[in-house]
Amino acid sequence: MKLPIYMDNHATTPLDPRVLDAMMPYLTDKFGNAASRNHQFGWDAEAAVEDARKQIALLIGADPREIVFTSGATESDNLALKGVAGMYREKGNHIITCVTEHKAVLDSCKHLEKEGCRITFLPVNDKGFISLDELRNAITDKTILISIMTANNEVGVVQDIQAIGKIARERGVLFHTDAVQAAGKIPFNVNDMNVDLASLSAHKMYGPKGVGALYVRRRNPRVLLTPIIDGGGHERGMRSGTLNVPGIAGFGKAAQIAREDLSQEMTEMFRLRERLRATLERELDEVYINGDLEKRLPGNLNMSFAYVEGESLLMGIHDIAVSSGSACTSASLEPSYVLKALGVGEDLAHTSIRFGLGRFNTDEEVDYVATRVIEVVRRLRDLSPLYEMAKEGIDLKSVHWAAE
Amino acid sequence: MAYSEKVIDHYNNPRNVGALPKDDDNVGTGLVGAPECGDVMKLQIKVNAETEIIEEAKFKTFGCGSAIASSSLATEWVKGKTIAQALEIKNTDIVKELSLPPVKIHCSVLAEDAIKAAITDYKKKHQ
Repeated sequence: MKLPIYMDNHATTPLDPRVLDAMMPYLTDKFGNAASRNHQFGWDAEAAVEDARKQIALLIGADPREIVFTSGATESDNLALKGVAGMYREKGNHIITCVTEHKAVLDSCKHLEKEGCRITFLPVNDKGFISLDELRNAITDKTILISIMTANNEVGVVQDIQAIGKIARERGVLFHTDAVQAAGKIPFNVNDMNVDLASLSAHKMYGPKGVGALYVRRRNPRVLLTPIIDGGGHERGMRSGTLNVPGIAGFGKAAQIAREDLSQEMTEMFRLRERLRATLERELDEVYINGDLEKRLPGNLNMSFAYVEGESLLMGIHDIAVSSGSACTSASLEPSYVLKALGVGEDLAHTSIRFGLGRFNTDEEVDYVATRVIEVVRRLRDLSPLYEMAKEGIDLKSVHWAAE
Repeated sequence: MAYSEKVIDHYNNPRNVGALPKDDDNVGTGLVGAPECGDVMKLQIKVNAETEIIEEAKFKTFGCGSAIASSSLATEWVKGKTIAQALEIKNTDIVKELSLPPVKIHCSVLAEDAIKAAITDYKKKHQ
């Protein structure tokens, strides 16, 4: 076993060696511009791009012509929201999204709000789900778009995309989903789910960074977008800019592997996650799972370790790469807005750790992580005045804290 | 974020962890911070009533590594000092000693507050 151990696969995934092999020719001999229509270098590059487009389309049940390559999912989210808002301005100006979305969606919405759009930010319940009734009630004749992510990047909760898509279709509203964490990890099909736009990222599925895609439905309904980047009119005019051919070739290979191994990998991620969860829950008291455990990405475990501040826990397990919802690990000094939206108290939000299991994690690594976490949590609880008070039977909520 | 060697040392080997009997007349207890803010420090001192010298100090801290290090250092520094001398410890001294970055200055402020709160509690018992 090699240290440090990487268990932060929601942030990014390592490049699969098979993906690197697929990229290599386009980083070396086949360096052509996919838009060069008059020589072999261009043709080779174009063939690689079209092959990748097919693989990505296959992964999500789309037509290759519905895939628009971007620089990553942040750009895809921006293009979906701003592109729809621009194109359908005549029809309406109302967008519905949700408070636990990725910042790329939330901040795009806030940008549009300044430009005159009206945004509804739906709340989530304590499991992390939006209410379908609240969604229905939020739709008006001015609503042009619903944007709800498939799987959350912090708590791994998977929304009922099929039901949301059905509501959107019935009401004639376009439906965008940020499927970055879901695609290649759980079954995701744009037709079964009535999805009109979907954001994807290569580096979350063992592909390279710097390349993403936006699925844009071509039929029933045909979705049109106002581009946010102007230039040579690449990607059917929706996204100008020379294509990142090696990145796209890698994305295609990553999508192919993800599709071929999906069910096997889901089973394996689930098994490892449950192994980790079972050990932690058996050995430690007062640990809490954040978000629903059933409708969840198989590789996600987001847990609060009461009375132990997240950053100090990370410091103790410095040979393990995971993330914390604690304020101290972020620049904002606010604990995770996602956990807050789920109603997790700020006290517990500060104690949360996100474990993101991935393709290359092993049983041995899971056991090592569990052992280390248990050891450090115990040590820090011995150091925690809150744990001591709780053990004395003091209700921490009733304490008048000096800093409040 | 990279921690200074001294912060890592205090985190790995915290000095004076534990508790003193808080009902003892010679013990002053300071509890500062709030769980919602991600930092709570409990600092206790045991004072010789004759000499007003702090003979013992203990702490427990819920917080990041810098918070743990700040309070661990605070217990080291107050030990052997009179309460008047202990009141002179400034958060900036802690920042300097531990090389805390700007985002962690509040940890040192909390440690200074904890010393003051413990002394206030002790004084209350001896009015």
